[in-house]
Amino acid sequence: MSTPLVSFRDVEKTYRSLQGVDYGAVEHFNLDIEAGEFFCLLGPSGCGKTTVLKMLAGFEAPSTGEILMDGRPVTGASRDRAVVFQGDDSLYGWLTAIENVEFGLRMRHVPKAERRARARHYLELVGLTGQAQKYPAELSGGMKQRIQIARVLANEPTMLLMDEPFAALDAQTRSLMQEELANIWQTTRTTVLFITHDIDEAVTLGRRIGVMRAGPRSQVKGVIEVALEGARTRTDDVFLRYYKQVYEMIRDEVATAMARAR
Amino acid sequence: MRRLWSLYGGYALGFVSLFLIWHLASLYVVSSVLFPPPTVVFKKAVVLVRSGVLLEHLSASIQRILMGFIAGSLLGMPIGLAMGSFRPVRKLLEPYTEFLRFIPSVAMITVAVIWFGIGEGSKIFLIIYTTIFIVILNTAAGVSAIAPNKIRAAQSLGATRAQIFLHVALPATVPFILTGMRLAMANSFTTIVAAELIAANEGLGKMLWDGRMFMLVDDIFVSLVTLGLLGFAVDRLFRWSIFTFAGKYSPAT
Repeated sequence: MSTPLVSFRDVEKTYRSLQGVDYGAVEHFNLDIEAGEFFCLLGPSGCGKTTVLKMLAGFEAPSTGEILMDGRPVTGASRDRAVVFQGDDSLYGWLTAIENVEFGLRMRHVPKAERRARARHYLELVGLTGQAQKYPAELSGGMKQRIQIARVLANEPTMLLMDEPFAALDAQTRSLMQEELANIWQTTRTTVLFITHDIDEAVTLGRRIGVMRAGPRSQVKGVIEVALEGARTRTDDVFLRYYKQVYEMIRDEVATAMARAR
Repeated sequence: MRRLWSLYGGYALGFVSLFLIWHLASLYVVSSVLFPPPTVVFKKAVVLVRSGVLLEHLSASIQRILMGFIAGSLLGMPIGLAMGSFRPVRKLLEPYTEFLRFIPSVAMITVAVIWFGIGEGSKIFLIIYTTIFIVILNTAAGVSAIAPNKIRAAQSLGATRAQIFLHVALPATVPFILTGMRLAMANSFTTIVAAELIAANEGLGKMLWDGRMFMLVDDIFVSLVTLGLLGFAVDRLFRWSIFTFAGKYSPAT
């Protein structure tokens, strides 16, 4: 196997509560992500999935261990690693949809005509051409997540980090967005780390699925390769087999997480 | 017509009833030359407008307020943004802001007059003083209300710290800055009247003081009503511009 694009090497992240109690989110966390793959990190709530993403994004530093990208340690946020957030509070309400999509290009002083053209292209890719001049407040939840996706794609990052981007959407919109994201990934083949707690979503999107243990001090319990090419159908036998395989791996962890929460 | 009524009907009715109650109170309850009814005050106002006296006082006060208010806001904004964005700056400047903002501008009048004389200098200084801390405080509060994901998104889109400051922190804070300015404007009125009462050659406060000196009760009331109406108009203008121009700016969503 070639050298992975991203590697977590024995990463540990400890938070200190206001009462001064240490809480280990992840411990001895190891994970490799290959260039061009769609990797889903799946785990019960509170298992530290988001912590993993925040560290790779460079928003938070590991307490010990290191995270390598292209062989170099991650030391802070960078446009290599674009983030799609769960909520819509990362969009800029004072900018129109197309201006939001252009934001990264504008920061890099890409000439106006060129960045407009590129932003248009990516708005078209997410099916929002008609909404270019609208402000985020005028758009639905699904549309706002599409803007976020167009915004990161327009910036052409090495990889996408997606933190449960569809969790707040209604079921119909969510499955539509998953389909679109799968199509976009087929065309762009950008490396994706996708965080989710939804098995169905993981099997629909992931080429590999990493299942995390219940927190605290979580790790990757196991990685399942999903050998499904092309469009995935939920009623397909193979799909259901993968679903079952993932379900069996995560079931105990969800039970443990719930028991610990009590 | 119906739209106009639903928008301003309440205001019109409110003002009419205010003047009606005043009228009845001064005619039947207090009934003294020391409390003139609105009709008398209005007549006096017409006289003072014709002679140009009212306009002279009014424009003197407005000029001072505007100059001090604009200067105070322009100074307060960047300081507030810097304090909200950079911890060391906040630590460094908090002793100043937290110490000075508890000394009311009215208490600074004597010092202002000693330093800057009874001319424009002292008035503008006092308005700046009364404006700047409110604008700083509100701006800094606005910065800390910015959703962290807005900043993080900018970072991972490749924005530098300066760019985040200019393109995210500043626009996201606009509603807070405007609210601070609106509060500061109300304080400016208090301050300018107090300052003009004590030391000034013209202005609405000076008009009040002269009214007391020469027992011109009607003049006093003209000045008071002018202050009230001016404040009301300026505040509506602020609310309207916040609503119209700043509606889309928000630190949260």
